[in-house]
Amino acid sequence: MKDKVVLEMKNIHKSFPGVRALQGVDFTLCEGEIHALMGENGAGKSTLIKVLTGVYGKDEGQIFIKGKEEAVSIKSPEEAQKAGISTVYQEITLCPNLTVAENMYIGRGSSVYQNWKKMNGAATKILQSLDIQADATQELASCSLAVQQMVAIARAVDMDCKVLILDEPTSSLDEQEVEKLFKLMRDLKARGVGIIFVTHFLDQVYEVCDKITVLRDGKLVGEYEIADLPRVKLVSKMLGKELHETTGEKKEHLTYEKKSGVVPVIETENLHSNTGIKPFDFNIYPGEVNGFTGLLGSGRSECVRAIFGADSVLGGTVKKNGKVVKISKPMDAMKNGIGYLPEDRKVDGIIGDLSVRENIIIALQVLRGFFRPFTKAEANKFADEYIKLLGIKTASANTPIKSLSGGNQQKCILARWLLTHPDYLILDEPTRGIDIGTKTEIQKLVLKLASEGMGITFISSEIDEMLGTCSRLIVMRDLNVVGELSGEELSQSMIMNTIAGGEK
Amino acid sequence: MQTKKSNYTSISEMLGKLVKQQIFIPVAALLLLAIFNLIADPGFYKISYGVNSAGSPVLSGYLMTILDYGSELAILAVGMTLVTASSGGQDISVGAAIAIAGSVMLKFICGMNTPVIIAFLAACVVSMFFGAFNGVLVAHFKIQPMVATLILYTAGRSIAAWINNNELPIVSDPKFAYLGGFIPGIPIPTPFFIAAAVVIISLLVLRFTNLGLYTQAVGINESSSRLNGLNPAFIKFITFVILGLCVAVVGLIKVSRLSTINYSVIAKDIEMDAILAVALGGNALGGGKFNLAASIIGAYVIQFLTTTLYKFNVQSDALPAYKAVVVIFLVVISAPVVRDYISSIGKKISHKEVA
Repeated sequence: MKDKVVLEMKNIHKSFPGVRALQGVDFTLCEGEIHALMGENGAGKSTLIKVLTGVYGKDEGQIFIKGKEEAVSIKSPEEAQKAGISTVYQEITLCPNLTVAENMYIGRGSSVYQNWKKMNGAATKILQSLDIQADATQELASCSLAVQQMVAIARAVDMDCKVLILDEPTSSLDEQEVEKLFKLMRDLKARGVGIIFVTHFLDQVYEVCDKITVLRDGKLVGEYEIADLPRVKLVSKMLGKELHETTGEKKEHLTYEKKSGVVPVIETENLHSNTGIKPFDFNIYPGEVNGFTGLLGSGRSECVRAIFGADSVLGGTVKKNGKVVKISKPMDAMKNGIGYLPEDRKVDGIIGDLSVRENIIIALQVLRGFFRPFTKAEANKFADEYIKLLGIKTASANTPIKSLSGGNQQKCILARWLLTHPDYLILDEPTRGIDIGTKTEIQKLVLKLASEGMGITFISSEIDEMLGTCSRLIVMRDLNVVGELSGEELSQSMIMNTIAGGEK
Repeated sequence: MQTKKSNYTSISEMLGKLVKQQIFIPVAALLLLAIFNLIADPGFYKISYGVNSAGSPVLSGYLMTILDYGSELAILAVGMTLVTASSGGQDISVGAAIAIAGSVMLKFICGMNTPVIIAFLAACVVSMFFGAFNGVLVAHFKIQPMVATLILYTAGRSIAAWINNNELPIVSDPKFAYLGGFIPGIPIPTPFFIAAAVVIISLLVLRFTNLGLYTQAVGINESSSRLNGLNPAFIKFITFVILGLCVAVVGLIKVSRLSTINYSVIAKDIEMDAILAVALGGNALGGGKFNLAASIIGAYVIQFLTTTLYKFNVQSDALPAYKAVVVIFLVVISAPVVRDYISSIGKKISHKEVA
C-alpha cells in the first residue's frame, strides 16, 4: 500500500494576516486514484492546492512525493511541474490563438530551435492516445471548451505528471462534455496518475471518485472511501453538522402567516440567466423572510442575481405585486423597489475609495437622478442617521469605506439599500466573514424589517442562521431548484437530506 | 523640553496632514519652481506694460506667457481628468483632435463665411463626435483607452488637412484674433478668461449634477457601480464627449492665435502635457477619485516649467528631454512603493525621537 502513495502532505499549516487558512491538514493521494477534495467556502481547499503547487509557501508541515526520500519543498509553480504536479484550472490558462500542439509544448524545453514537424507529430500521438478529438495544428480557440480543457490535461500528462489537480474543470461544460472529461480522467487513472478533483457538484463526485477528503474551516474533517460516505453524510461533514446532533434538535421553526388576498411582492416564472441555472419559479410575500440554500456553487446566488437583473436574463417573467415587470438591468429592479446586497462585498459591494457617506447614499442618489444631487447637508443627514441606526463604527462619514472592518463595511451596504426603502430586499451572504456580534445584529434587523412588511430573501452558508431567520427555504442542487421546505420540514437533517438528494 | 517636543510633533503632524492633501503636490511643485526662478533670476517675474501691434494695451512678461499658454492646458486638463477618472486611461488623440476642430472652424469661417460663433459650434459638434468615437471604442468595445485613441492620434491630422483640402486659409477678421490674444482695453490675455469660464462651468456642473460621484464610482469599482444602477459604459462615454468639448475650445484659441492653422504642428504633443497635468495634480492615472482643482493647478505648473526652460535658453527640441526628467521624478515619488518607503522612514525617525 505504502509504495502506491504518490503524494503525501502532512500537518500543513498556513496563515494569512487574521486568518488561519490551514491548520494541520493531512492529505494522501495514491497512484491511479481519483480523489475528491471537498469543502465549503473558506474550508481551505484552494489554499491547500496553492501550497501544493508552490503558489503559497507553507508555514509548517511536510510534502512527500513518490520517488524521493526526503520531504520536498516546492517554491514555485515551475518547481511543482518539475516534481510532477500539474494543475488544470477552471479558466483555461492556455493561449487561444496558438495551435493545439504549440499550447502543449510552449515554455517547455530550453532549446532555441524548434522542430515543428516533430512537435506536431508528438502532439498528434498524445491526442490520439488520450482519444481527444482535436487536430494538433488546429488553433486552440476553434476547439470547444471541453477540448481546450482536455488539451490542458494532455499537456500536463505529457509533462510526466504523477499528480494531476483538476480545479473545478466541469463548471463551464455541458453534460456530454463532462462525460468526455470523465472518460479521460478514468483513462489517466488506469495509467496510474493520481488525480485531485475539486468540484461543487455532488453527482460528479459520486460518479468518478474513489476517495473523498473533506475540509472545513481550515481543518481536516476526514478522508473517506466513497462507499463509506453516503451523500447526506458528506453534506453534513461539509457543513459541520453531525447527523446525530441534528436528529435531537428542538422543533422551533419560524412560520409565516399568509393573509388571504395578499399577492406576492415578487413572483418569478421560468426565470433563467446566462449563468447556467435551470429556469425556476419563486415567490415571496410582504413581510416574509425566505431563503435559498444549497452548497456553494449550487446556484443560489445566480437565482437572486437573475431577479435583480445583475446577470443577463435569458427568459422568464417577473411579477411585482401581481403585475408583470421587465427587469433587464439593476436599475430596473431598483425602480421596482428591489434592493440587493451582493455576495462578494469587496468586488460587488463597496466602492473602496469613496467615503462611507457616498457609499451609503449612492443607490438612492442614482435612483433620484443625475441632475438632482443631494446637498452635502442632506447626504450627511442620511449618512449620520444610518451610521447611528446600524451602529456603524467609523471615524467619520468622510472616512473611505475600505478602511472599515468587514462587518462595518457590510453594514454600510445594508444602509445603502435600507435608505432606498425597498419593498423586497435580497441579502446574499450578508454575514460572511464578519464577527458574531454583527451577525446576530443583522439577523435581528432582518426579522424587524420583515415585521414592518418588507419581503426579504436571506442567503447564508450557515444553516443555523437560515433556520433562525427564514420561514421558508428553497433548496438548490447543481443549478436546480430541488425542493421547498417550510413549517415542520425546517430542520437541519431535512435540509441536508434535500441538498444531498436523499439517500442514494 | 516637554512642551517643545509636543510642539514639534504637532507641527510634524500638521505637515504630515498637509502632505497627504492631494492638492499639496502641484502646489509644492509650483512653489519649488517659483523659488528656483526667484533665486536664479528675479527678472523672471518682471511684468511690463506696453502696446501691441493692434494698438491695445497689454501686459507682457514670463508670468503672462504662463497665464496665456497654461490656460489651454487647464481647459484640456478638465476633460482629461474626467476621462482618467472614469476609464482609468488617457486620451492621446487630443492634439490631433484640436487640429480637426481648428480645421472645421476655418472651413466654416473662410470657406462658408459664417460668423465665428457658428464655426465654433460646428467645431464643438465635430469634436464631440470624435470624442464619442473614442468613447464608444473604450466604453462599448472595452479597448484600452490609449490604444483606442491611438487611432485618432494617427489619423486626426490627415483628417484635419483633408477638411480644407490641405489648404491653409487665413481668417482676415482682426476681431477673431482677440480670442487668442487680447481684447482691446484689457491687458490680460483672453485665453485666461476663457479658461476661467470653462473652469467655473465645470465646477458648477460638478456641483449641480452627479457627474463627479458617478465618474469616480465607475472608475473605482465598475461592477459595484453597475449593481447600484449606474451604466458604467455610458458614463465613460460621456467623459470622452466632454473632453471633445474641451478640445473644441482649445482649438478656437489655437486657431485664433495665428488666424490660421498648420495641420502637422498645431497643438503637437499637447496631450502629453495635459496627461502630465492630471498626474501632477496627484490624480491616480488608474482612475477613481479625482481633484479637478489640483489638475488645473497642475496645468499651470507644467506651463511654468516649460516657460522656465525656455527662459534658460533650452532649445525647443531639447525641451521634452528636460520635461521627461521632471516626469520621471514625479511619477517615481508618487508611486505607492516609494510612498510606502518614505512613510516607513518617517515612522522610523519618529520612533527614534520617541526613544
